[in-house]
Amino acid sequence: MTTAKTVSKDFGFGEDEAMLRDMARRMLSERLPMDRLRKLVAEAPEPVYDKGERAPWDTQLWSEIVALGWTGLAVSEAEGGSDISLAGIAGIVEEVGRHALPSPLIPTLMASLVLRAASGEVAGQLLARIAGGATASLAITNDRGSWEPEHAPLIAREEAGALVLHGDARFVQDAFKADFLIASARLGETFVLCAVETDADGLRLEADHIHDLTRDQASAHFQGVRVSDAAVVSRDAASVLRAAWPGLLVLVSADLCGASERLLQTTVEYAKERVQFDRPIGFFQAVKHPLVDAMVEIDRARSLLYYAAAEIDAGIDKAEIAARMAKSAASDAAAFISDRAIQLHGGIGFTWEYGLHIHFKRNLHNQALFGDGVHQRKKLADLLIGPVSTSPNLGRDPAAT
Amino acid sequence: MSVELSQDQRAFGEYARRWLKENAPPPPPERLPITPIEVMTIGQRDYLQAWQRKCYDAGLVGADYPKEYGGHGHTGCQRIANQEMNRAGVPFLINIVGLSMAAPTILQHGTEEQKRKFIPGCLSGDEIWCQGFSEPGAGSDLANQRTSAVRDGDEWIINGHKVWTSLGHFARWMILVTRTSKDDKYNGLTYFLCPIEGHPGVRVRPLVKITGETGFNEVFFEDVRVPDANRLDEVGKGWAVAMTTLLSERGASEGAGSGGGRGESAIRDLISLARSTWRNGVLAADDPVTRDAIMQRAIVAEGMRQNAKRARVPALCDHPMRLPLQQKLTGSEFQQGNARLGVEIAGAHSTLYKRDPRAPQAGHWPLAYLNSYGNTIAAGTNEIQRNILGERVLGLPKTK
Repeated sequence: MTTAKTVSKDFGFGEDEAMLRDMARRMLSERLPMDRLRKLVAEAPEPVYDKGERAPWDTQLWSEIVALGWTGLAVSEAEGGSDISLAGIAGIVEEVGRHALPSPLIPTLMASLVLRAASGEVAGQLLARIAGGATASLAITNDRGSWEPEHAPLIAREEAGALVLHGDARFVQDAFKADFLIASARLGETFVLCAVETDADGLRLEADHIHDLTRDQASAHFQGVRVSDAAVVSRDAASVLRAAWPGLLVLVSADLCGASERLLQTTVEYAKERVQFDRPIGFFQAVKHPLVDAMVEIDRARSLLYYAAAEIDAGIDKAEIAARMAKSAASDAAAFISDRAIQLHGGIGFTWEYGLHIHFKRNLHNQALFGDGVHQRKKLADLLIGPVSTSPNLGRDPAAT
Repeated sequence: MSVELSQDQRAFGEYARRWLKENAPPPPPERLPITPIEVMTIGQRDYLQAWQRKCYDAGLVGADYPKEYGGHGHTGCQRIANQEMNRAGVPFLINIVGLSMAAPTILQHGTEEQKRKFIPGCLSGDEIWCQGFSEPGAGSDLANQRTSAVRDGDEWIINGHKVWTSLGHFARWMILVTRTSKDDKYNGLTYFLCPIEGHPGVRVRPLVKITGETGFNEVFFEDVRVPDANRLDEVGKGWAVAMTTLLSERGASEGAGSGGGRGESAIRDLISLARSTWRNGVLAADDPVTRDAIMQRAIVAEGMRQNAKRARVPALCDHPMRLPLQQKLTGSEFQQGNARLGVEIAGAHSTLYKRDPRAPQAGHWPLAYLNSYGNTIAAGTNEIQRNILGERVLGLPKTK
């Protein structure tokens, strides 16, 4: 990542980044075409929805992805990674979203960004593990669904030279595919960030039953998990998480943008082929115009996504604004095209077999993840308008002039 | 394709910034309208025409046009001049039809003589242009033209009725589409550069908008004679020429200079309105719904700015026209949404119109909202824009 404080005119998306993105698109469209995805995750609803089994994923494909070095995309070269810019990573994650790839890639990239923000020896060793193919996920969300760094889900106590963690971290993404978790805990008046192996003593992962078929999610119950000094990533977790936050929002936004563009193109193709009243339904403006509106919304989200990634790459302090704008736009664009995709397909889109619901549900999950559009705009208003005044007399009273 | 600026472009940008700083225009003698198509009074016209002339003489207008047609002979500098003019917050350029429609169309379709005769006046603003495309029966169905042109030796005789003619009351010239054959809807059209001001048989009558203001006109043609030398391109090619004009207008080309933009200041205006307006007894800036609505506008504004940047990065564009063709749609709906939100924020105060001394910002918000329909309807209604995007970019079947 560069230190120059300006965003380059191509968002830092040069030939190398385009090549990586195109390679990812080729590989995923060959290895995970729609019929293969449907067979993999949506053969039938009963195993996941009735029997509570976790959604399957392609571990063979994952080992190929690890061999390609994707876990180390956000890891520095010194630690064995490929140190790709966030702009370049966003391009790859868009392809991951487009193909609705079930994998621990995005949670692992998120953990990488948090570890990079933490820096230091412990973080460096964990990043090296990730570059070597280890997987990770963040355990930073509490029972109230708060993403605030100060609302750490766990309590830490110092006991005999080690930290002991208690509490429940909720909404841990792809926890059952992760080798270790990065967990945040309150320690007195401070916050600590710890690495905890998913098979650690005192840690129990309880699967959430979720609608999305392309991931797993868990509640992580910490019942006296001991963390040695060698696993304490940071003793200023709130600052680290705040620094990493824009990047986390960019990753989810990229996933949303990719899946949304896929839903748009799928629906456009259907509207060209499906004939009613002797014409392809795409002829009718009640079908044509909402597809255009969806395109406009997706383009807005994509432009903001690249802008946010480029600002983060350039080390710009206010990148949080761009990232929250990107997440808001991407969440809303995803909600709109997901809705129109099912509706404009008509009855066939409503069937399990057709498979539109796979991207629909992945979007629905990602819309909520780290805050939907309304949440992002609430945070943006605090940044751009200022906090809501507590005194009724703030501001200029027009009647007084 | 390189997206970095050339040496000439960088030097030009610095020059433009410096010039605009040192040559800030005097305050206008009377309040200016929001856009050039609503200039109504002679005082406004004279002030704006003098400003365009000054910018032209300084090289900020017509920057990329060849010198033999009155331009300044640069490459890729007009965009930079436009950015700097927007940033400096100087008045808009009055000759918008001349700059963004007539000049690019004449440059592409005109004879050498026509280019030398007409383009300089478009750029300097000395000759104001208006557009004669729409008719009472030809709105969204633009090819349904009735205004006729009949050949008579070296002249054409024109009869008909054009509507929504912005700047018609000040115009020296009109870009005019006429029907020269009834046999073919699209191939029966011919394009003229028609004299307006003081020309025998031409009558310009003001139309009143929902704002209560004039600002556009209808133009009647009664046996109006136009020399054949003023015909642009071939007889029967009028539709193709008109498409060049519309593509220029819809922002697919860079134009010779424009106002536009202003996204950032629009959001600043809304925020300062909310901070200073009591609405239903609460400071608007403290109302969560208002805060959300302003942030929605801010996201659209930033999205438009980043779209413009991304349109220059081919690796991030799936289709070359996908972003450029959205500009008219998103720009006009952005302005409309801002104005409507301004009205909402002002609450009870929004009922006060421009003559009321207590109206917030002299009635700007309701006036801007009422007026915003000009842009969502003109230049191809936004419904037509959605057809164009759906058909040309998404490849959906044509409505036509």
